[in-house]
Amino acid sequence: MSPPNSHDRLTGPKSFDRPATAIRCGSAPSSCGSPANSGDMNSAIWEKVKDHPCYSEDAHHYFARMHVAVAPACNIQCNYCNRKYDCANESRPGVVSEKLTPDQAVRKVIAVANEVPQLSVLGIAGPGDACYDWSKTKATFEQVAKTIPDIKLCLSTNGLALPDHVAELADMNVDHVTITINMIDPKVGALIYPWIFYEHRRYTGIEAARILHERQMLGLEMLTARGILTKINSVMIPGVNDEHLVEVNRWVKERGAFLHNIMPLISSPQHGTYYGLAGQRVPKAMELKALQDRVQGGARMMRHCRQCRADAIGLLGQDRGQEFTLDQIPEEVTYDASKRDAYREVVARERGDHVAAKGQAIEMVKAMGCGKSLLVAVATKGGGRVNEHFGHAREFQIYEVSPSAICLVGHRKVEQYCLGGWGEAATLEGVIAALEGIDVVLCAKIGDSPKEQLKGAGIRATDDHGCEHIETAISAVYAAEFGVKPLAATA
Amino acid sequence: MAFKIIASQCTQCGSCEFECPSGAIKFKGDAYVIDPEKCTECKDAFDAQQCASVCPVEMTCVPA
Repeated sequence: MSPPNSHDRLTGPKSFDRPATAIRCGSAPSSCGSPANSGDMNSAIWEKVKDHPCYSEDAHHYFARMHVAVAPACNIQCNYCNRKYDCANESRPGVVSEKLTPDQAVRKVIAVANEVPQLSVLGIAGPGDACYDWSKTKATFEQVAKTIPDIKLCLSTNGLALPDHVAELADMNVDHVTITINMIDPKVGALIYPWIFYEHRRYTGIEAARILHERQMLGLEMLTARGILTKINSVMIPGVNDEHLVEVNRWVKERGAFLHNIMPLISSPQHGTYYGLAGQRVPKAMELKALQDRVQGGARMMRHCRQCRADAIGLLGQDRGQEFTLDQIPEEVTYDASKRDAYREVVARERGDHVAAKGQAIEMVKAMGCGKSLLVAVATKGGGRVNEHFGHAREFQIYEVSPSAICLVGHRKVEQYCLGGWGEAATLEGVIAALEGIDVVLCAKIGDSPKEQLKGAGIRATDDHGCEHIETAISAVYAAEFGVKPLAATA
Repeated sequence: MAFKIIASQCTQCGSCEFECPSGAIKFKGDAYVIDPEKCTECKDAFDAQQCASVCPVEMTCVPA
């Protein structure tokens, strides 16, 4: 069972390679959302996404991204954004602690690539707009590509300036672009965007939203025509565009979007945003899931987004940005590929094992045919295994096991319960509240006291499956829960 | 006739620098400043001052 291997020594936990077996996670096209394996796409596309943590749910267990905040200028104002705010303790898009020049960004990318073996993607996601602040985005990409040719380049944009740069993006081999599309009806858009700056003037109201919508659709179509993979981010704003996002999903699917990521609005008065100050409410975890479930069957749904900062570094669930602030980076850095190369070899081996284990687990669940579902929260450090202590978890990955599939359906962020050997009772209450609706918690280790308290809240926690592949552990729990003989652990 | 930037409100996003048709805006020391000798308030170029039109903070690019 999942022996600690050199992968652990390289990083924490993990392993893999291109899945050899095609396993369907439910019905076509991938009822689990973002591609988990090669089973539901052609091999050229799988090659593009297999190491990209945002475009492939499977990849997000093993690979890391970093964002460099080189593009602070923006050409639109969104009611959920306030770029004046800057806080190291906050995690949400658009927030950064330090802006970088392209030269500083290149140094930072090299320093991170030398230390974070999982790094596979460099993204530019603001804090402004990467396409509008184009000269800085372009300079950064060109320099990084020269030094680390195998890093994937990726950017995020509101779409307004996107059509102007699609040709250059293609020339620079940027093959992943995210467009934030919150509406296809300008009347809805006028409630989200107070103004845009386009062709040297400021537009407001419906006119602004109409221009933005047209540019977004044009940009998406141009990217699709060139074979650049697109992810559409949509912010779910209750009472403003929540119902409307069903329509957005249909429109972007028709125009070739690869993946659709419906994210919850983040809003609080302290953020100083229009919505925050106006008291706009945010969706509950179960409301978000219900909407995502509703559009299932349309454009592929991304379920593993962590809404990261514009300067995030690391696996999606673990931001290591604070380890790589400019003052910690030497003036001169030379790229050393050894850690990344070694990690890739280990991943290549382990990833195949995981795919096989996952396939077996799903087959077993199907074979039981008991017709019941469970929501399982998993504490993991990565590598697709149950390998994090309950008290050390800063988030739980949420899996839904149904009679036909085991799917990642989201995550819940929590405050770390155990600090230096002691558990905080108040923190535990918060963790239990965050796990509302969850049936079972899987972790590498859990103390008797938190276990009892979870039990009191109707949540069964176990560390019996520590180190197993996530799906193997889940299938065993499912079998035990519904009285069927479990599959022998294979990992 | 020139505009100025209220430094305490500026987010230093730099949009105004590259939108300015007169090349009047530069990052100096720790703030963006408008050179009053070069600023034309965008007269004869655009209907509205470009710095003020693109600035994300209201009343930050204002008449000097």
